[in-house]
Amino acid sequence: MRWIGTLGLLSLLALPVQAAIDPFEFDHPEQRQRYHALIDELRCPTCQNQNIAESNATLANDLRQRVYTMVMDNHPDSEIRNFMVQRYGDFVTYRPPVKPLTWLLWFGPFVALLIVTIALAIWIRQRNAEPPPQIDATDRERLSRVLAKHSGDS
Amino acid sequence: MSPKRKRSLLLGLPLLGFVAVLVVLGSGLGRDPSLLPSVLIDRPLPEFQAQRLDDPEQWLSPADLHGDIALLNIWATWCPTCYQEHTFLNTLRERNVAIYGVNYKDDREAALNWLSQLGDPYRFNIDDPEGQLGIELGVYGAPETFLLDAQGTIRYRHVGALDEAVWEREFLPRIRQLEPQS
Amino acid sequence: MIPELGHLALVLAIATSILLVVLPLVGASRGNYQLMATARPLAAAQFWLLTVSFGCLVLAFLQNDFSVQLVAEHSNTRLPWYYQITATWGNHEGSLLLWVLTLAGWTWAVALFSQSLPRELVARVLGVMGVISLCFLLFTQMTSNPFTRILPVFPYEGNDLNPLLQDFGMIVHPPMLYMGYVGFAVVFAFVVAALLGGRLDSAWARWSRPWTTSAWCFLTLGIALGSWWAYYELGWGGWWFWDPVENASFMPWLLGTALMHSLAATEKRSVFKAWTILLAIATFSLSILGTFLVRSGVLTSVHSFATDPTRGLFLLAIMALLTGSALLLLLLRASTIRSEGRFAPVSRESGLLVNNVLLVGACGVVFVGTLFPLVVDVLNLGKLSVGPPYFNALFAPLTLALMAALGVGPLLRWKTDDLYRLRVPLIISGIISVTLGFGLTYFLLTPFYWLVALSLSLVFWIVCTELEDIRGRIHNKHHRWQALLNLPRHYKGMVLGHLGLAVTVTGIAMVSFYDIAEDVRLAEDRSAVVAGHEFRMVELYDYQGPNFTATRAVVEVYRDGRQITVMRPEKRFYVARQMPMTQVALSPGLVRDLYLALGEPLDDGSWAVRVQYKPFVRWIWLGALIMSIGGFLAISDPRYRLARRRRTATVTGEQHVAKT
Repeated sequence: MRWIGTLGLLSLLALPVQAAIDPFEFDHPEQRQRYHALIDELRCPTCQNQNIAESNATLANDLRQRVYTMVMDNHPDSEIRNFMVQRYGDFVTYRPPVKPLTWLLWFGPFVALLIVTIALAIWIRQRNAEPPPQIDATDRERLSRVLAKHSGDS
Repeated sequence: MSPKRKRSLLLGLPLLGFVAVLVVLGSGLGRDPSLLPSVLIDRPLPEFQAQRLDDPEQWLSPADLHGDIALLNIWATWCPTCYQEHTFLNTLRERNVAIYGVNYKDDREAALNWLSQLGDPYRFNIDDPEGQLGIELGVYGAPETFLLDAQGTIRYRHVGALDEAVWEREFLPRIRQLEPQS
Repeated sequence: MIPELGHLALVLAIATSILLVVLPLVGASRGNYQLMATARPLAAAQFWLLTVSFGCLVLAFLQNDFSVQLVAEHSNTRLPWYYQITATWGNHEGSLLLWVLTLAGWTWAVALFSQSLPRELVARVLGVMGVISLCFLLFTQMTSNPFTRILPVFPYEGNDLNPLLQDFGMIVHPPMLYMGYVGFAVVFAFVVAALLGGRLDSAWARWSRPWTTSAWCFLTLGIALGSWWAYYELGWGGWWFWDPVENASFMPWLLGTALMHSLAATEKRSVFKAWTILLAIATFSLSILGTFLVRSGVLTSVHSFATDPTRGLFLLAIMALLTGSALLLLLLRASTIRSEGRFAPVSRESGLLVNNVLLVGACGVVFVGTLFPLVVDVLNLGKLSVGPPYFNALFAPLTLALMAALGVGPLLRWKTDDLYRLRVPLIISGIISVTLGFGLTYFLLTPFYWLVALSLSLVFWIVCTELEDIRGRIHNKHHRWQALLNLPRHYKGMVLGHLGLAVTVTGIAMVSFYDIAEDVRLAEDRSAVVAGHEFRMVELYDYQGPNFTATRAVVEVYRDGRQITVMRPEKRFYVARQMPMTQVALSPGLVRDLYLALGEPLDDGSWAVRVQYKPFVRWIWLGALIMSIGGFLAISDPRYRLARRRRTATVTGEQHVAKT
């Protein structure tokens, strides 16, 4: 969903928007796959939230070239990622590293989900044990009439 | 606790959460989310071997930048902000501030022309035509200015044009801190 | 003259909205029917005034009135007329005016279709919508006036519209999206009105259901259109990037989906009342949050508007006012909200609860992932990026769990049920779907991916169980086909919605794992083979467009030696903005798209071309289309109208009691 807008900023930076296309040659299809996976996941530091695969900014071109060289020299993925993080910081990777600071990010949702599930399970049990709320005779009569009326609905 | 109390407390949680979100969003206003801190702070200059801009015969390495507290300025002739900043660099030169330059992804001829026309505030310039040193330094947009201590350790980085205000706010206090040790 | 007229209409609309806030709400609290009756005409007046205002802005664009700053910055005399119209909302100020116009449209629609509702309720609902409207109108007037003139010296030529926005997608996507976003204001207003009136039975749930569903349908379409547009316009073939602005529209969608389901439970069984109220408030609040994220500049996004902290502050204040007071009101009324219904751990209610937990969890993941970098930055703990690898990793298990639950949910009965009763159909469906999912993946797709096999199994699981549910409803009827057609529309809508999800997930699984992208060199009479197709460039020429120059390649595509299509990718250069653009060539198909994007000319005279093979990519948007058709079908169910008529026939004044 990338609609929008007039980036007032866009006119300033002349942000290159067309896809970056380099006809790199690879020895193995596996190298091509690694290369594409890496450039998809590395963020272009100069751009407005684009990865280096999409961006045609000069720096993105340089970084792609560097990734290509390192892939062809058979550096493992982790080494290439580290190379970038050591120079541009965690900002450069779209996969935030798992460390105490990001525990909340990586595990928080699952922990919350677990807590909520347990709480709900207890709640439903308790509620079932409780007697239903008291209703007086008129209400009950009303209820049965309404129920009879609505039984037509699914 | 009565069930009613419990219920009110439970329904108060979203309100609390909402206030927390408002605080975060509010303090995020006016920040520049695209400004990146350097990861190289308090680390030595990365290793490099590069040619001198005005003398391709001469090869430079980090050791050539040791000795004084100095600035390392990344610039290029294609960069309009660098042009804007250049006058202030000349002023700093007059105040005897040591400045080294990295001519970043530029054309040697054009760069030498620029220096002869606009004045040369640099002790020397490192030629980085392919931007390789730039990647080592984590440069993401010229101009950038690094503050180096006498041992060649990076102490601070500023992204964008250097001017009197930035100089006094960000650089001078740090330089004063470094001076007693040097 | 025309811009001034537009501005005058805008100011009059502000005055009208003040009246719309004050008169009906005062009337409702004093029981004054004359004051309450002003709500409808005021809502209509506000809508027509804003229509005039927006019309004037469109006219200023069509007339190339470059003395209006907005026109000068975003249009051009050489821009085709239809893009001059869409340029109106291709910027912050104009799109904001469209936003308030959409809100006024929804308000007017509520005024029109609420003839049978209690008068206090209508007055309060319209009054609350007036409050929202007033907030955003003041925001428009004070920080983002679209009619600002540059006088006396104005340019002879405009800056042109961003080429990315010169596209069919721009014509339809933003209005659709706003219809969805803003539409959630209606259910928000219903909730706040119910809280104000203190009448918290499940009637409001019944009345707000069709409104919620219609907003959801528009949002579904809007998001799908945006994704489709990004796919062909940006030139890299991606259809979703988890960008903050995309997430901003996705979060209300997720919560809106949860809301639709919990509204059903609240209406029918009078359970989850406080929860449903909370969801309704949260859904609309996330819509405002989206507006904030796009326009405040706290997060970097490829497609945010020109940003400004003042605007951000104003929007934050609006959010604090609207959401804050709604939540406070809920807290004050907490003691009066009672959920009467009881249900067993295995029941339709529990099923809907699981649906809600998972959808809210998914929304929480998007929320945390989107705002986490901001939190870390605000606390000065550094900068980091949260992107697709994170979202995909956390989203996939939640979606799969949701699909697993979705297979069981519709089969369950209200109040209490027994899984033992359903054991036969569930086991059979399980066996069929796992066999099909793993079998198809193993025999037809290479390489084999577990996640694809699992996703496809769950897709078949949904299909099988929905079919089983339909079978259960018609199997003992005399004329089965007739019975099938006679199934109520809201039920058919639900089935379509669920099948739509299955279709979308199929598309996502296939294209995520089996797409092929290669960057190749092509020159005249040179060809490349990608994914079993031969791409031969036969011609390359330049031509002149209305406001751009372009190079176009003609590429013939062969498969097994037979020509199957001709594709014409372009590289354009937009003169006014000095911007290059890739115009993609597509060969669409139900099971695969071929996708060509022209890159740069290379040293040897050939061109870099990106060739992509995208299996089942259309299914993503097809599924969304099916979902929203399902939604519209459900709204069209006469049930809603009949129920209302029946209710009015029996309800008098304050009483909601069905007297016979």
